[in-house]
Amino acid sequence: MDISEILSILNSVFEKETIELKTDIPVEPFLIIAPSKINAISLFLRDEERLQFDFLSSLSGVDYDEENLAVVYNLYSFVHKHKLMIKVIVPKNEPNVKTVSNIWTTTDWHEREAYDLFGIVFEDHPDLRRILLPDDWEGYPLRKDYKVQEFYKGMKVRY
Amino acid sequence: MGILNKLDSKVEQFESGNIIITSADKLLNWARLSSMWQMSFGLACCAIEMMATAASHYDLDRFGIIPRPSPRQSDVIIISGTVTLKMATRVKKLYDQMPDPKYVLSMGSCSNCGGPYWEHGYHVLKGVDRIIPVDVYIPGCPPRPEALLEGLIHLQEKIRSQSIAKKVS
Ligand code: SF4
Repeated sequence: MDISEILSILNSVFEKETIELKTDIPVEPFLIIAPSKINAISLFLRDEERLQFDFLSSLSGVDYDEENLAVVYNLYSFVHKHKLMIKVIVPKNEPNVKTVSNIWTTTDWHEREAYDLFGIVFEDHPDLRRILLPDDWEGYPLRKDYKVQEFYKGMKVRY
Repeated sequence: MGILNKLDSKVEQFESGNIIITSADKLLNWARLSSMWQMSFGLACCAIEMMATAASHYDLDRFGIIPRPSPRQSDVIIISGTVTLKMATRVKKLYDQMPDPKYVLSMGSCSNCGGPYWEHGYHVLKGVDRIIPVDVYIPGCPPRPEALLEGLIHLQEKIRSQSIAKKVS
């Protein structure tokens, strides 16, 4: 099933404004979904008979542009052997996205990583802590405007 | 007589009886450099090379170097790999737990100076000598087992020249 068919199924259930299709790009087309709707739509994508996206290949954070961060979801269905890319775009000053860790358990740690490195806050996540960096780390290193701290626990960080 | 060959010419042997006379320094240094027990611990890709050195082909055992699972039983800590800032706090703790005399070998570019992460590694300590004193630095990314062995032999030479006497100032 290709992305326009998936979109038409989604549009028959959810409001049109919450989902946007992007095709005018050199890479594969994707859907942009409103941050507050991602959980409900994900659940539908997994459970709907014709879609059955039972596998989340990856979830990554992106420093999208000057004002925005994004979360990219790559889904795959082992039943129908089709795939889908979704993006959720949130402003940097309020980077809140609903978690999908209750739908695909894999995303538990993926979301913690995106939180750790980009500071994206996943609402309703069961255990949103840093996963790689120490708990007392300052800032989110993969953001483009990240400033390396001078000292960490008395150790000089710069060369 | 294996021991007598290894202690040098200043050893005196008596005709009869099991008596050997040597200086305390010589005896202690000989004992220390012949059993440099190594803290069993590795950090990154360099640790793979360290493990290869400990395996049968290069055989660290023949120098009396065996890995110990506890810092309390170790004489040497080989910092084999990238020291992240998160790990640095643990490295320091392990070093502090080792009994004196203790020695530190910095293996590879990462632990010498930050290695490939010297500029953009926001999470990497740029040289383990910022937190603990290093006796021997081994260059390389990673150093070959031969280089690690040479570093260990250098450390043995360093121990051979030590003295328990304190200089009068
Ligand atoms: S010096 Fe090279 S081989 Fe050793 S830990 Fe660093 S990157 Fe890996």
